[in-house]
Amino acid sequence: MNKTQELSAPPDAGPGADGVGLTALLGVDKPLQLDCGAELGPFTVAYQTYGELNAEKSNAVLVCHALTGDQHAANPHPITGKPGWWHHMIGPGRPLDTNKYFVVCQNVLGGCIGTTGPKEINPATGRPYGLDFPVITIADMVRAQAMLLDHLGVENLFCVIGGSMGGMQVLQWTVSYPDRVFAAVPIATAANHSAQNIAFHEVGRQAIMADPDWRAGDYLTQGVKPHAGLAVARMTAHVTYLSEPALQKKFGRNLQDREAITYGFDADFQVESYLRHQGSTFVERFDANSYLYMTRAMDYFDLARDHGTLIKAFEGTKTRFCVVSFTSDWLFPTSGSRTVVRALNAVAANVSFVEVESDKGHDSFLLDVPEFFTTLRGFLAGAAEHRGLV
Amino acid sequence: MAVPGGKYGDLRVDLLEIARMVESGSRVLDIGCEEGALLDYLVHERRADARGLEISQKGVNVCVARGLSVVQGDADADLVNYPNHAFDWVILSQTIQATHRPREVLTEMLRIGRRAIVSFPNFAYWRMRILLLLFGRMPNTNTLPIPWYETPNIHFCSIRDFKLLCDELDIVIERYVAIDYRGRPRPAFSTLWMANFFGAEGLFVLRRKDDTP
Repeated sequence: MNKTQELSAPPDAGPGADGVGLTALLGVDKPLQLDCGAELGPFTVAYQTYGELNAEKSNAVLVCHALTGDQHAANPHPITGKPGWWHHMIGPGRPLDTNKYFVVCQNVLGGCIGTTGPKEINPATGRPYGLDFPVITIADMVRAQAMLLDHLGVENLFCVIGGSMGGMQVLQWTVSYPDRVFAAVPIATAANHSAQNIAFHEVGRQAIMADPDWRAGDYLTQGVKPHAGLAVARMTAHVTYLSEPALQKKFGRNLQDREAITYGFDADFQVESYLRHQGSTFVERFDANSYLYMTRAMDYFDLARDHGTLIKAFEGTKTRFCVVSFTSDWLFPTSGSRTVVRALNAVAANVSFVEVESDKGHDSFLLDVPEFFTTLRGFLAGAAEHRGLV
Repeated sequence: MAVPGGKYGDLRVDLLEIARMVESGSRVLDIGCEEGALLDYLVHERRADARGLEISQKGVNVCVARGLSVVQGDADADLVNYPNHAFDWVILSQTIQATHRPREVLTEMLRIGRRAIVSFPNFAYWRMRILLLLFGRMPNTNTLPIPWYETPNIHFCSIRDFKLLCDELDIVIERYVAIDYRGRPRPAFSTLWMANFFGAEGLFVLRRKDDTP
């Protein structure tokens, strides 16, 4: 057994039937100070690692997951059985080459796949937190991630990378812990959540809270789950992850398993059937309250507000940035990335900015888009060269 | 230094001339860096902290895939975002004639950089004069191969014109050199008249009057 495994992984490293995988108990001696003023601790962080930490501890990469992602970035998901959400990005010979890098992916604070969140037991009451869980921010998630890295003995990250909400964490990392991040890749993200994005999240939250089974957030103790509300939230959100041309190309007005419309409210159209399927599979693996907390954290994210201006947030940064956007992403459009790039230019930061042509919408960052991968490989190779990683 | 046939064997001679001026370890901004030929050389042969600004997204993507630090943008709109004196060198190679406001671009370059290197096609090059004078045609040359209706170049000038603009803007010309039609520097064309007549391109090293060299 090598050193890394000793550090980070108990013998039963594979994710078990509970779907969690590796865990660490943090904040035992000193609780985590949250932005809302509350303290949290001790708390659990569930995570996965891929590859090995080198002797100099200079090859660690933190992968930050998006709203509904989790720590199972590159291994088959223990609940759904599907490949990890970034399996084509992480692995031997992949852009995040596990022969070269030690990749860590953590379930964020407030999540529902093993990290402490609203569905876990509140030690104070012996019942699930529900809405007693403190409202957390992207900065809180990043603080918890830093605590896990401390626990793993990883002081400096070669790279922190992620898309969407993961990209917000990446930006937050470069601001909260500038000296710990050598390279940063914020993908399909922005330095704040737009009014439109907040609006869509609010629709999702209202759907959940309108479900009678939500029970004012107390559904777990009452033995029910707001599946209908959470499914609607997912269906709405899912539309925002795609693009009009992609939907049209994939479904058009095609009918689902029938020759003609039925003059009723069944899923006549393929696109309806697809969305219903997205909704119903999502509720199997995601906690409704966690969805409320995650979306709130994104809505509250605003680096410029926290630091006066975006330029001030990035002042003095030594990190090498590679900002990536996609042409058809209307949820986090290129203009948001450009705002980040302009602020980085204003502090003469080392920044690359690539807008990748793709008709797949916001979801492009999860897909095997060749130009995106080529760009990342190049950026990482260049950064590795400067970091002295062979 | 590039060797013929080596990794940088096909680096344009005028770019090589520019690269020679950049001291090792300098901070450099290359505006209009295309696919990163000069940047790559500066990063690896000069150990420069070199960044690029490129208008075409395709060019940017090629650069980033090569591991170079490049953002999409253009000289007219994006130089204002950079802070004062962020760079030792700001390079504008074969691009100023395609900018909308060359005067403001020059001023901005010397605000964000201690020194600037500017190269451009010389419209008073003798072949150009002949094409206009004898044939009455807009010149198509090695340096300017694109016909008038497709060229991105909108602000042509001669070496003499450029010098006059520098004088007007209180910009010090540290040195200039004429480049021949094969891209070779020809320091022998040392007077302004000769450079302006025989140079297919002009290459200028500039600084602000109030900056000490």
